[in-house]
Amino acid sequence: MHIPDGFIDIKTSAAVGSAAVIAIAASLRGAKAQLTEKSAPLAGLTAVFVFAVQMLNFPVAAGTSGHLLGGALAAVLVGPYAATLAITVVLIIQAFLFADGGLTALGLNLFNMSIIGVWVGYGIFLLVRKALPKNKSSVAIAAGAAGFISVPAAAAGFVLQYAVGATATYETSTVFTAMISTHLLIGIGEAIITFMTVSAVLASRSDLVFGYKGNAHELEIR
Amino acid sequence: MRESGEAAHGHHHGHDVGERLYIHRHSPLHDLPPHLKIVSLLTFLIICVATPIQNYWAFIGFAIVITTLLATAKLPVLTIAKRATIEIPFLVFAFLMPFFSKGERFEILFFEISRPGAIAALSIITKGTLGVLTAILLSGSTPAREILRGFELLKMPSLLVQIMTFMLRYMNVITDEMERMKVARLSRGFEERGIRDWKFIAGTAGALFVRSYERGERVHTSMIARGYTGELPKTEIPEINSSNKFLAVGIPLAALIITSVTGALL
Repeated sequence: MHIPDGFIDIKTSAAVGSAAVIAIAASLRGAKAQLTEKSAPLAGLTAVFVFAVQMLNFPVAAGTSGHLLGGALAAVLVGPYAATLAITVVLIIQAFLFADGGLTALGLNLFNMSIIGVWVGYGIFLLVRKALPKNKSSVAIAAGAAGFISVPAAAAGFVLQYAVGATATYETSTVFTAMISTHLLIGIGEAIITFMTVSAVLASRSDLVFGYKGNAHELEIR
Repeated sequence: MRESGEAAHGHHHGHDVGERLYIHRHSPLHDLPPHLKIVSLLTFLIICVATPIQNYWAFIGFAIVITTLLATAKLPVLTIAKRATIEIPFLVFAFLMPFFSKGERFEILFFEISRPGAIAALSIITKGTLGVLTAILLSGSTPAREILRGFELLKMPSLLVQIMTFMLRYMNVITDEMERMKVARLSRGFEERGIRDWKFIAGTAGALFVRSYERGERVHTSMIARGYTGELPKTEIPEINSSNKFLAVGIPLAALIITSVTGALL
């Protein structure tokens, strides 16, 4: 669920949008340095992966189900720069093709999900990984922790935008409580799924997991 | 459904998602070069969203403009309605707002509701709907690949456009892959029951990543073998005729005139 048009005023959208553009430009430079030979296909396929994995339903209870958001997962799997670009592209395509998320609110959605979601997630991942012994299960646990925090962090980004430029009339405190509590719950699901997915990749092709190789390594293109 | 009309590069890539969204018709909107269409519709939408809702007449004007455009583009009403269902969660959010907001209250039918809440709800519903309709107009009248070409002509960084190109091109391949994995799961006797089964679905997600990644590598090596150096061939700038210009300027200009005239009448 992305922010639609007219939900946050245009001034706030423009300001946050500019911040998002700057951060994405920085990620482009970072990705170019990190991805050897500018491997656009790889980042493109990561974007498809994120898009597809969001369609994978995880049954919760009584016929309801949830899905992965994938920001932290992508950051751990392909590194934060490529993840930012992948999520950015997913959000642009969703807004322009599927009318999911307002066109004038695109900057807000980009900021919350492709910047905050990915980078806060990656930061948490690095911190937790550092605190744990150096092995595969630590990487998966750190990824789970990153997934857990990245969801309410992105929601907090929304609440901040709401506080500054809401056109809605719910109290900010109400929105804060509702958003953060629901997203903490969603975060638990995100944590479990991220943990399990990273474990699955580590079990089969650990060489592909960016967060396992350590960020000094470049993505290897064979 | 699609012939060769929009195959601007003269070759086909199978039926990707963008092509399924595109509705092939002959209309001035379909003929509008993509970069002009993107800028024109975005400017139109920004003007709509920036107009305060209290300027009620303006929104009747905007609604007339977008409806006329959708009709001109000959997009089927049912398809538009189906795609617009994406905004339902926000409609619910907005509908509840008058009941749970502070401020001056008034009675309507049997309910006492908040006036600022009701006005804000109206604003969110109206602007959200205008936004969704504008996006549907764009993706319905422009093949996805043309939208990306529009981005390229608008000087979006090439790497970003390339990533998008690959995303669209492989979207179906990967979602088909996911479907096959689901079939495989079912044939192994898998049954979805609840949280206990997450492990297996996460296994699918992991395998999907490995397959996507490996495909990315494979595509990349083949491209290098065919002489890829990090840049895709530049597309030529489409010719712009005077009716294109008229339409591209006309759409946002109409919104601007509507908002200033009705604003002055307030």
